[in-house]
Amino acid sequence: MNAYATYALKRLLQFALVVFIGINLAYLITHATPIDPVEQTVSAATAFGNTSPEAIAMMRKSLREIYGLEGNLWNQYAIFWQRVLVGDFGPSLSAFPTPVSTLIGRALPWTVGLLSVSTILAFALGNLLGGLAGYFADSRLLKIAGLAVMAVHPIPYYIVAFVVLIAFGYVWPVLPISGGYRINITWGWNADFILSVVSHAILPVTSLVLVGIGGWFMGMRSLVSNVVTEDYVTYAELAGVSRGKILGAYVMRNALVPQVTGLAMSLGSIFNGAIITEQVFGYPGIGTLLISAVHAGDYSLVVGIASVSIVAVSTAVLFIDLVYPLLDPRVKVS
Amino acid sequence: MLAILRDLMRYRPQFRLGVILTGVIVAFAALTLASPHPQQDQFVVPPDVPPSWAHWFGTTSRGQDVFWQLTFAIRNTMLFGFTVAILSRLISVAIGMWSGYKGGFVDRVLMSINDTFIVIPLFPLLVLFYFVMRDKMSWPLLALAMAALGWAYDARLIRSLALSLKTREFTQQCEFSGMRTSEIVLQEHLPYVLPIMFYTTMNNMNWSIGLEVTLSVLGFTNIDTPTVGVMIYWANQHTALVAGIWWWIFFPVLFVMILFIGLFLLAISMNEYIDPRSRLARMGGASG
Repeated sequence: MNAYATYALKRLLQFALVVFIGINLAYLITHATPIDPVEQTVSAATAFGNTSPEAIAMMRKSLREIYGLEGNLWNQYAIFWQRVLVGDFGPSLSAFPTPVSTLIGRALPWTVGLLSVSTILAFALGNLLGGLAGYFADSRLLKIAGLAVMAVHPIPYYIVAFVVLIAFGYVWPVLPISGGYRINITWGWNADFILSVVSHAILPVTSLVLVGIGGWFMGMRSLVSNVVTEDYVTYAELAGVSRGKILGAYVMRNALVPQVTGLAMSLGSIFNGAIITEQVFGYPGIGTLLISAVHAGDYSLVVGIASVSIVAVSTAVLFIDLVYPLLDPRVKVS
Repeated sequence: MLAILRDLMRYRPQFRLGVILTGVIVAFAALTLASPHPQQDQFVVPPDVPPSWAHWFGTTSRGQDVFWQLTFAIRNTMLFGFTVAILSRLISVAIGMWSGYKGGFVDRVLMSINDTFIVIPLFPLLVLFYFVMRDKMSWPLLALAMAALGWAYDARLIRSLALSLKTREFTQQCEFSGMRTSEIVLQEHLPYVLPIMFYTTMNNMNWSIGLEVTLSVLGFTNIDTPTVGVMIYWANQHTALVAGIWWWIFFPVLFVMILFIGLFLLAISMNEYIDPRSRLARMGGASG
């Protein structure tokens, strides 16, 4: 237990560092650039019609307050951190006066759902196929499957999502291509609503899985093809242990450990992919919210989403790191 | 390095295919030199013409020839990816080498920072960057921002290489025979570093081009310069798919996919060369 506590403490420190550097980057981007968001909003708001100079001055003052840009840089820095820690980013301008935190809170479950379902599916499928391909290296079917997933893997999420959208939106329109559930449906735990949510999730999940599967496949295949040459595998084969058991219990169990580390490392880029996929399919999550916030010129909302994303992803990574020792007895207790 | 490339060319079909695909795209980009229209001109040809002998890839609703427009787009996109790759290589080599050769406390601190950059979701940060810069957003600036954010994964690879090179016997022998550190690094270690550099450059180009396309499609870059993402952006703005002008979308997507797969094949076949275990497995030396 002592060893695990030390390990957990190290991971917690790393988590704190990620959040610290991430939030500082966000602060740097918003404050070190020569453009003043207040002036931008003011000029956008006063572009049409006449506005009296007093009104503009008042607007400028209240915007400074809303954006947390009052006082010197140290004050602003303190306010920035305070907002992140409390989770209060002020009211949203495009959906005034709804607080930014409410908007994010509404969108976050969709993103978490989409992200976790597609990541688990891609991880499980990729590792299973990769393990089989590494163990049965001569199988023609698995070689073809390998070529297929590897051809999709290097293509960015946007392009794959876009091609899936065209395929199922124009060429063969069988599935809903936009939104998270059917319009005019009552929310609740009934079969109709759940079915609607599931059918709307199929295309975004499919495109995320298509891109994600290749990395796990290749990693697992090369890991397994190394493990099968170990003496204990030959021994198990000679002892007449069934091939399924060898692959499942002896080979893939060992090869899975570095793959879980890989999962923690790549969670950030998977998150990037989910954001953009949401936008393509109009899925009501963080990604769609972020991009519409940019189009609406909603400063507080964009800063809020960027900060929340950093905290959310590093929390997920911390979670994987803390569960990881349960999988690998070598890390757990010495 | 050249000998490695020659061997890969001879014995690895994956590498050969990668060279061919990337070569086709580079040759296509080189056609910009012969283009009859400057890259930003509009309404130089009749709009919305489907692919024909006069216009191989058709024309856009903005009166541009898709073929010639795409040559510029591919060239600009590749230049952008290459710039980001080179810039971020400078950072990752510096951090990786320093961390690996120094070891100890320096190594721990640098790698903690490194892991941080691997974990942080970069896309929201880049969107935030665009949001603050707006019209001041330019390609060199975006390349700089992406290079500053995208070095971490490769720095880890280079660090592990430096760690292993440092403790090899021939390094110690060089040291005892009185070679200077710079000589050891340049003459003895560079041949080991170059294949990894090649591998990470191809990978990083894929990463940065992917982000460029994504950001441009959303309109979050300088949309006056044609790139692959910008072309798709304008096609979407003119609702090309609904209007049935499929060629405006189809050809950019097709070409950029070829580029991605080409670069990816170059990268993984080089990686197989770097990783001796997979080389052994291929030769049958380790197939128990």
